[in-house]
Amino acid sequence: MQNTSLQFKKQVTIKLADVKLQDALSRLQSRFVEGRSAVISEIHDLQETRTAAAAIRDRVLNDLEHWLLHFEQQATTRGAIVHWAETGDDVNRIVAEIATQHGVKTAAKSKSMVSEECGLNDALELAGVAVMETDLGEYILQLAKEAPSHIVAPVVHKNKEEISDLFAEKHQLPRKTGIAELCREAREVLRPAFLNADMGISGANFLVAETGSVLIVTNEGNGRLVTTLPRVHVAITGIEKVVPTLEDVTTLLRLLPRSATGQSITNYVSVLTGNKNKEDHDGPQHFHIILLDNGRSSLIGGEMQEMLRCIRCGACMNHCPVYQNIGGHAYGWVYPGPMGSILTPLLGGLEKSPDLPNASTFCGACAVVCPVKIPLPDLLRKLREKQMQRGMKSRQETLMLKAWAWLALHPNMYALATKIGVRLMHTMGGKEKLLHTLPGASGWTDGRDFPAPSGQTFRELYQRRTHK
Amino acid sequence: MNAREKILAKIRNAQKNKTTGAHTETIASHLALHPRGPLPPLPDNLLARFKERALKLSSDVQETSDRMEVPALLANYLRERKLPCSGVCWPSLSGLPWSAAGLDMQSRPAKNHDLVGVTGAFCAIAETGTLMMLSGPDTPATTSLLPETHVALLDPRRIVATMEDAWDLLRKEHQQPPRAVNFISGPSRTADIEQTVTLGAHGPYRVLLILAPR
Repeated sequence: MQNTSLQFKKQVTIKLADVKLQDALSRLQSRFVEGRSAVISEIHDLQETRTAAAAIRDRVLNDLEHWLLHFEQQATTRGAIVHWAETGDDVNRIVAEIATQHGVKTAAKSKSMVSEECGLNDALELAGVAVMETDLGEYILQLAKEAPSHIVAPVVHKNKEEISDLFAEKHQLPRKTGIAELCREAREVLRPAFLNADMGISGANFLVAETGSVLIVTNEGNGRLVTTLPRVHVAITGIEKVVPTLEDVTTLLRLLPRSATGQSITNYVSVLTGNKNKEDHDGPQHFHIILLDNGRSSLIGGEMQEMLRCIRCGACMNHCPVYQNIGGHAYGWVYPGPMGSILTPLLGGLEKSPDLPNASTFCGACAVVCPVKIPLPDLLRKLREKQMQRGMKSRQETLMLKAWAWLALHPNMYALATKIGVRLMHTMGGKEKLLHTLPGASGWTDGRDFPAPSGQTFRELYQRRTHK
Repeated sequence: MNAREKILAKIRNAQKNKTTGAHTETIASHLALHPRGPLPPLPDNLLARFKERALKLSSDVQETSDRMEVPALLANYLRERKLPCSGVCWPSLSGLPWSAAGLDMQSRPAKNHDLVGVTGAFCAIAETGTLMMLSGPDTPATTSLLPETHVALLDPRRIVATMEDAWDLLRKEHQQPPRAVNFISGPSRTADIEQTVTLGAHGPYRVLLILAPR
């Protein structure tokens, strides 16, 4: 998928003024934030479980080569074919080759954010394979030719009227207005796609090293259908998704659906190991697993490695005041919200997404809800430091930060400068006690007034109070 | 170097100074011990807990002490809801008196137009109200997936506390997982349109659990 995060600020302005989007985003609060809070308390000792989950992810990441090799060996023993891909283009090429090898003309796909990284659908169409998205949200987006705006609820930005219009136009059926009717219509339209597909394409929430299994969590049942009916199954995922044992993955499963959708467990958890046996009536004859790097290995062993713990629950974006106001498209790539503001620059290049590490208030809500305890604000701050070191900040920002750093190291000058500053601003505030403009801070004052200080610094007030 | 070697070499070089060399042993012992993480406290009455959670997931639950009563129970359930009285069942269930209860149950894997699918279950999990199904020649996965109504017979003695217990049972009875282990927690659903939960997406619209001792 094309990375447009260079246009972040422009996109934000558009999204903030989009009334329909703002209305759609207001639903996040009730469904996802309250939904999570209602079921996360079912976990007896949440902090202990989060710590255990982070340790499971770290165990693998700290020794990734060996866990990957163990997974590969187990999966191969059971009849799966494991492929390795350095880039998204490599994934597209491998899937196209598998399609050719097995004479595949049609593919049914369940939701995979990694495949969005690669732009797989377009590549397959070019290779002559018709791809049908079957997750309801992804199917709607495929019809509308749009990108997902959330990693769990891809179509969160659309309301049901838009979807009614879209279905009526594309399906050539009488326009439905109820949500249940729309779902029924999609089921009936998509059923033949499952039955006729030569190939099923899925992601993988986890790879279990112990058994060589691909684990998928779904609610709609499309994940089960695309991995059961077609004669070829291709699972595409990142190299970091390995988990040691079935017990380890179970600990993570206590956290993933609760953090993602406020469910104690998703409707289906499918653990897929190897291909169909001769005696089996169902299941794919050929099972391919593609492991994508796409920049992930460059995080190993470095100060950003913790980001690879991510299990893609989306809780960080659901709780982010920035995401809640601008939605996912403004971020410009596959992954939005706090995790995206870190992953997009890390996988796609910091110079291509200079605004993303700064798209945070550092309120810390993301770190509090993260099921695998990724210190998201710390990682964002490290990216900002990198921008400073590489001279990527504007001259004005660099100068202001340098001036502040110098003052902070000279307490007497700091006291003097703040004394002058607050007195000046107090006078400027006048009777209203508000500043309508501030030199160098128009970003603030364009939208709202700045409250004028009282005329004395904190240190002055503090000194007076303690000397009383 | 091919992609596999390149990726693995990148990881190896990045971790050169961090791993101690004891990893092979650590990995082997972690796999051998497969330790459990923090577990939820569960009540002693697993059956009650299972039923409570299954209902919460929008499954229907019925009980009988006599397995031979199952067809009559199911016939009643289907008629009450004006659902068709024909479908498919797992071969192991073909011996139940289906036709005496007015049901036409064929012993074969499900096809697209079958509307009722009757299965057993490997076991069930009290913590979440979940069924655990193993795929196999006699336990086709499509039976619980393609029909609009999924009916699962469950021996109450096969209710375990947690998914960890279910894995142990699998290791004890089958050594390794079959092609597909499916955990099923109620009817399929979607909340993709306006985050409104709607039952019946691509899988069954309803799940009836019949608790009957084997």
